Amino acid sequence: MSNQSEADGGLVARVESIASFEHQHTMLSRIQHALHSNPALVPLIVLVLSVAVFGALLGTKFFSSFALTLILQQVAIVGIVGAAQSLVILTAGIDLSVGAIMVLSSVIMGQFTFRLGLPPAVAVACGLAVGTFIGFVNGWLVARIKLPPFIVTLGMWQIALASNFLYSGNETIRAQDIEASAPLLQFFGQSISVGGAVFTYGVIFFILLVLVLAYILRHTAWGRHVYAVGDDPEAAELSGVNTKRILMSVYALSGLICAFAGWALIGRIGSVSPTSGQFSNIESITAVVIGGISLFGGRGSILGMFFGALIVGVFSLGLRLLGADAQWTYLLIGVLIIGAVAVDQWIRKVSA
Amino acid sequence: MQPILSASNLCKRYGRVTALDNCDFELMPGEILAVIGDNGAGKSSLIKALSGAIKVDSGDIFLDGKKVNFSSPIDARNAGVETVYQTLAMSPALSIADNMFMGRELRKSGFMGKVLRQLDRPAMERIARQKLSDLGLMTIQNINQAVETLSGGQRQGVAVARAAAFGSKVIILDEPTAALGVKESRRVLDLILDVRARGIPIILISHNMPHVFEVADRIHVHRLGQRLCVIDPKDYTMSDAVAFMTGAKAAPGTTASAA
Ligand SMILES: Nc1ncnc2c1ncn2[C@@H]1O[C@H](COP(=O)(O)OP(=O)(O)OP(=O)(O)O)[C@@H](O)[C@H]1O
Ligand SMILES: [Mg+2]
Repeated sequence: MSNQSEADGGLVARVESIASFEHQHTMLSRIQHALHSNPALVPLIVLVLSVAVFGALLGTKFFSSFALTLILQQVAIVGIVGAAQSLVILTAGIDLSVGAIMVLSSVIMGQFTFRLGLPPAVAVACGLAVGTFIGFVNGWLVARIKLPPFIVTLGMWQIALASNFLYSGNETIRAQDIEASAPLLQFFGQSISVGGAVFTYGVIFFILLVLVLAYILRHTAWGRHVYAVGDDPEAAELSGVNTKRILMSVYALSGLICAFAGWALIGRIGSVSPTSGQFSNIESITAVVIGGISLFGGRGSILGMFFGALIVGVFSLGLRLLGADAQWTYLLIGVLIIGAVAVDQWIRKVSA
Repeated sequence: MQPILSASNLCKRYGRVTALDNCDFELMPGEILAVIGDNGAGKSSLIKALSGAIKVDSGDIFLDGKKVNFSSPIDARNAGVETVYQTLAMSPALSIADNMFMGRELRKSGFMGKVLRQLDRPAMERIARQKLSDLGLMTIQNINQAVETLSGGQRQGVAVARAAAFGSKVIILDEPTAALGVKESRRVLDLILDVRARGIPIILISHNMPHVFEVADRIHVHRLGQRLCVIDPKDYTMSDAVAFMTGAKAAPGTTASAA
């Protein structure tokens, strides 16, 4: 009898401890689940917080439509390249050649116009075609020959960058010349202003690109397949996804987007310079990672990358306006990168 | 009667491992054919060859008497052969509905679907929910839940529901009840019988002899990459079947020739 009640008491205690554990569990796991289904939430929160903090510290100097749209202009190029990078990283790949494709495409647009005398529209089309082609070659090597994306794009980075210097003869095409005879090349530098806000066409293109890609990734079969390939390529293949075609199309599209970034780059800096955009590959990966897209593929959203790029822009401008050493920006970005990956790992454990 | 799906002399090597060694196979219309065999006997390799997931080194496969050459699971699916692989082949981060319609998504009608290629999520979710409740799997509350948040058994249930929903000619199940509880296994077995009642033949790989003997019309015993024999469950006991498949007892065909 006494045994019985002891056992009961033990049982009650155990049930209670489970219940309290479950309670804590649900609190945390609710957040975990929310982040799991909305991976762009973390970067959005960080973005809002950092805008609030810099706004509080700097007042209207920072919190003006002019300054805020300036951030957009400063991150537009990296953001466009980041959109390309996002697609590739969603397939569990990586594209180190994005910056080189961008610069090579811009050089082709410039040199085809000024050296070959082609109409600017044709030169731009050629630049876009070359970018797409390089991306396609990357995709072909990854999908068909099954080489690791890191190696393929590491090689392509060198190849595209060297071609860029060899072909351009390291020569810059001056902004005045472009403005005088081929203003189409600077198309993305034009802007509209609403009040104090200045939106360059490059910024508008960046925002539209993100929205269109977000739609495609979420609402089309192709988009779902991109996630499936990045998630588990074998499962995707077995459940009816043509993984090779998806990979090749993703890399080719990445190349095309980078070529557009090259065109936008001419608009941003005015000239065509073979030495510009040196760090776009690392900067784009930074935006992607801070944006909460998993480097292991299959998780994250392109909106997150958008917020990630803006976070970098907010930190750079905010700290500069505060008069801080630029190194502080890099230091904080570094912290954010590591933090973002830690959060990603945690979200992945949702199933456990 | 002509087999609906058959294969002759299938060979498949992985380096020095021979997974399929001149294997023959026959599935008759409307039957449940169980495939049993030890671990590593080559059962999964056999059904992967039949479903286009692996390319065999040699041998022929016939569907409805016509030679087929599936170069991918998509080809097999388009021909009406639907498979639940042992690994389940699901994308963990995607939703149940996404997974059920992977590679055969429904698009909206009109401009949104034709030009903007927008998926018809409401329709896909409705059908997915329907198929799962047919299987009695509505312990799953949210059809948009990521598959990785499901239990192992629920995942298996989703995979089986997917195959049952779309298979029109042959359904292949590679250990569909391995992770399931008693009640869920029961549901899957009932589903298998339902599917047969619809006239669709099934290949069932299983290590669970009671299940096999309950539902199978014939049993294909697989050993060392080959079809050892095909037996009728009414003529043999479970321990006979296990003895054949482990080599403890000579198979019917071979005893006859030895005698
Ligand atoms: N991708 C592969 N690479 C190398 N060897 C493989 C591969 N797939 C299967 N094998 C080998 O082929 C043989 C048959 O494997 P298979 O998976 O067909 O066995 P099985 O009968 O399905 O076993 P189980 O009952 O454990 O599922 C095994 O020896 C296995 O190691
Ligand atoms: Mg197997």
